[in-house]
Amino acid sequence: MTEKIRKSNSTDNETPVDEISELVVGKNDHAENLKADLDQLLDDIDSILETNAEDFVNSYVQKGGE
Amino acid sequence: MALPKVCGIETEYGVISRGFDSSPIVASSVLVNAYAGAFKQSIQWDFGDETPDRDARGFSLEDAFPPEVETHMANSVLTNGARYYVDHAHPEVSTPECRTAMEVVLYDRAGEQIIRESMQRANALLPEHHEIITYKNNSDGKGNSYGCHENYLVSRELPFGQLATFITTHFITRQIYCGSGKVGSELFSERSDAVSYQISQRADFFEEEIGLETTIRRPIINTRDEPHCDPDKYRRLHVIVGDANMSEYATYLKVGTTAIVLAMIEDGAFPTHLIVDSPVNTIRTVSRDISLAAPIRLANGTLKTSLEIQFLILEAAEKYSTHDGLKAVCSADFPNEGTEILRLWRETLNNLSNGGAGSFDTVDWLAKMSLINAYQDRNDLSPNDARLKALDLQYHDMRPEKNLSGRMNLRKLVTQSDAELARTDPPESTRAYFRGECLKRWPEFVVSANWDCIIFDVGDGPLRRIPMMEPLKGTRALTESLFNSCATPLDLVLALGLENSDITTFKISDVF
Repeated sequence: MTEKIRKSNSTDNETPVDEISELVVGKNDHAENLKADLDQLLDDIDSILETNAEDFVNSYVQKGGE
Repeated sequence: MALPKVCGIETEYGVISRGFDSSPIVASSVLVNAYAGAFKQSIQWDFGDETPDRDARGFSLEDAFPPEVETHMANSVLTNGARYYVDHAHPEVSTPECRTAMEVVLYDRAGEQIIRESMQRANALLPEHHEIITYKNNSDGKGNSYGCHENYLVSRELPFGQLATFITTHFITRQIYCGSGKVGSELFSERSDAVSYQISQRADFFEEEIGLETTIRRPIINTRDEPHCDPDKYRRLHVIVGDANMSEYATYLKVGTTAIVLAMIEDGAFPTHLIVDSPVNTIRTVSRDISLAAPIRLANGTLKTSLEIQFLILEAAEKYSTHDGLKAVCSADFPNEGTEILRLWRETLNNLSNGGAGSFDTVDWLAKMSLINAYQDRNDLSPNDARLKALDLQYHDMRPEKNLSGRMNLRKLVTQSDAELARTDPPESTRAYFRGECLKRWPEFVVSANWDCIIFDVGDGPLRRIPMMEPLKGTRALTESLFNSCATPLDLVLALGLENSDITTFKISDVF
């Protein structure tokens, strides 16, 4: 992957200051949940992924459609 | 005045068999039959009114390749008004006609449930270690693609060329929130690893701006003129350019924004300067531009990014909503649908302007990319590692225990129990209600059905055909008292005045 996701923890610049704290808490909570879920998924993922990824990917062929 | 946007989605699922050799046509038929048989939903589809080779531009291209006639394998109509069948080599679910984007999301989820139920039932019948597996994606990574088509009701009065020009701009740029993401390239002109990750599953497969085909030389605008309703009043815009989405929010925005843009075009409210100069090249450029910064040349010579174009369409939509209230995309059940779509559209574009934060749980290509990047980092993999392509495929795996999108904590719009209900019950705000209710009440009397008619064998005399040429009629509001007054399908035929009889109680034009 040559380009990584731009990690953005910054808040929306246009949000009025008095609304920011609530928004940040909400956003960060959710962002942290997402990150925790992703970490958990990465811990488990090898048991979910097809055992031979190369064979699986090569044999996935779909001809004909629409 | 824009027409109410009746809309729906047809999804072809990728299918493989494990542990045994089976053609995809047979595997797909096994799935459809396992479902239709179990739920006694084997009502046949009626092909009488289908004209897939008629061109919306009103002429027939000498060098156009007419679409292949569909292979009529397993084919059924369900009590929720949907069609479930084998299309070429894939199981395909067409949602019933819906009135709002939220209903489409609900019935698309119901379609997923139907596919999962089919897999479970089919696999329970197969010997041990034999399995049929499906994927809700659009490509095998080797240059073969299958579709997720959308359909929208538009006015016949609107010149087709105008519709095509403006909606193309939306199709090219909406990818940035509708794309499902893909590892690698499938353009014949470049190596698979020339692109590590792109936004859309489908963009590589479009070679023409406009045309009739769906399987070769695919056009961004498909001109199939097969309205499945009154052809003097309506068109059905058949959209073949979209990705199948795992995220409910992505489906919601895909259908919701497109319905609004179509209403704007009908009402002359689309910004006329937003015409993309070179659509085929640009749809690929946008798909490969994960920084969302690539300049797009417009026909008037100016350069704008996909995000800037989407913001301009959104601003025009917001202005349009103050005049019209977006009635075309709202219904009695969803009176605030238009406002909700606009709100989510703006939120998503704002998030995308800020690196995507806030939309990693709604936009499929962002969710998939975060998973692939994290897995690649953790295991220090090369961009060409097969495991990254396996992750891509399994994001769309329909087996709950193997599905990765289901583990990404994507935001939900509908509950499991609502989706389960939508598996059996039709939407109430279109003619799908009439079709579904007839199938629920009198399955043994329905000989066949399709989008615009239903045929009964009432047990006496000839087959009775009930036409349904108005997608916005046949609703619960229009037909509930009719159903309540009829104990048998013969009562229904008589009440609608389809026979010479003095007991006609309903005028058919009021109902359909």
